[in-house]
Amino acid sequence: MWAILVAAGAVGCAVIAVSVRRLLVSALWLAGASALTALLLYLLGAPEIAAIELSVGAGLVTVLFVFAINIAGEEPIEKKSVVPRWLAGGIILAAVGLLAFMDLPRLTMGLPEMAGNDFMLNFWTNRRLDMLLQLILIFAGVMAVVGLLSEDPAKREHKEEGK
Amino acid sequence: MNSIEILPVVIAAVFCLLGIGIYALLVTRNLIKVVVALQIMVKGALLALVAAGRLAGNVDLGQSMALTVIVADTIVAVVGLALAVQIRRHFGTLDLKSIATLRK
Repeated sequence: MWAILVAAGAVGCAVIAVSVRRLLVSALWLAGASALTALLLYLLGAPEIAAIELSVGAGLVTVLFVFAINIAGEEPIEKKSVVPRWLAGGIILAAVGLLAFMDLPRLTMGLPEMAGNDFMLNFWTNRRLDMLLQLILIFAGVMAVVGLLSEDPAKREHKEEGK
Repeated sequence: MNSIEILPVVIAAVFCLLGIGIYALLVTRNLIKVVVALQIMVKGALLALVAAGRLAGNVDLGQSMALTVIVADTIVAVVGLALAVQIRRHFGTLDLKSIATLRK
């Protein structure tokens, strides 16, 4: 029962996040979807990843969104979409329906026994290549934050002229 | 609610989140909204990875893969938002159609 409510809440938050016009409101609804996804992960038996998703997905990413929207400014674009909405909706409904038709019957089969591995062993010992990839990604992220924080060249010239 | 009952609910949520994300990617023209759509798709992928780990009987493997996806997703958001800010400064707009210079 709880899982159904949480899943419906996450999907509802996601729908509102993509349909509202104001970017800041959209970012806040995305944070709600992220928090409910973390709760769903916890109910699924993955507490470690739920905690990380809650802190990173609902916390850090939301702060980044608010910061970027503050710099870039709100710009509601209400013009016609590139792909017609009815066509996009039809394609997505057909694809999701096909996926559900293929996958949902398999879930009625019984679950296998849980292996005795633990998260730390899997992460630190068995997936060293992933660790290396994450280090590179974090470095790229730091560079992107530098780009996000960099000063506007036009403003800098304006300041220098003022001096 | 045990795992065998929760799994169909999670898989249905995965399909919905992926569908909403792809639909928003197709119809939106705002660069920051594109990043929001990507984030929603990744939430679905995270749930799918952990659910697949549970189905295979090794939820810890699914969790360790999901952690890599969270890191990659955060970096994608940071790079995407930094690009959006720089594009806004350079072109003065976040509209995808206005900044598509290859069409001209």
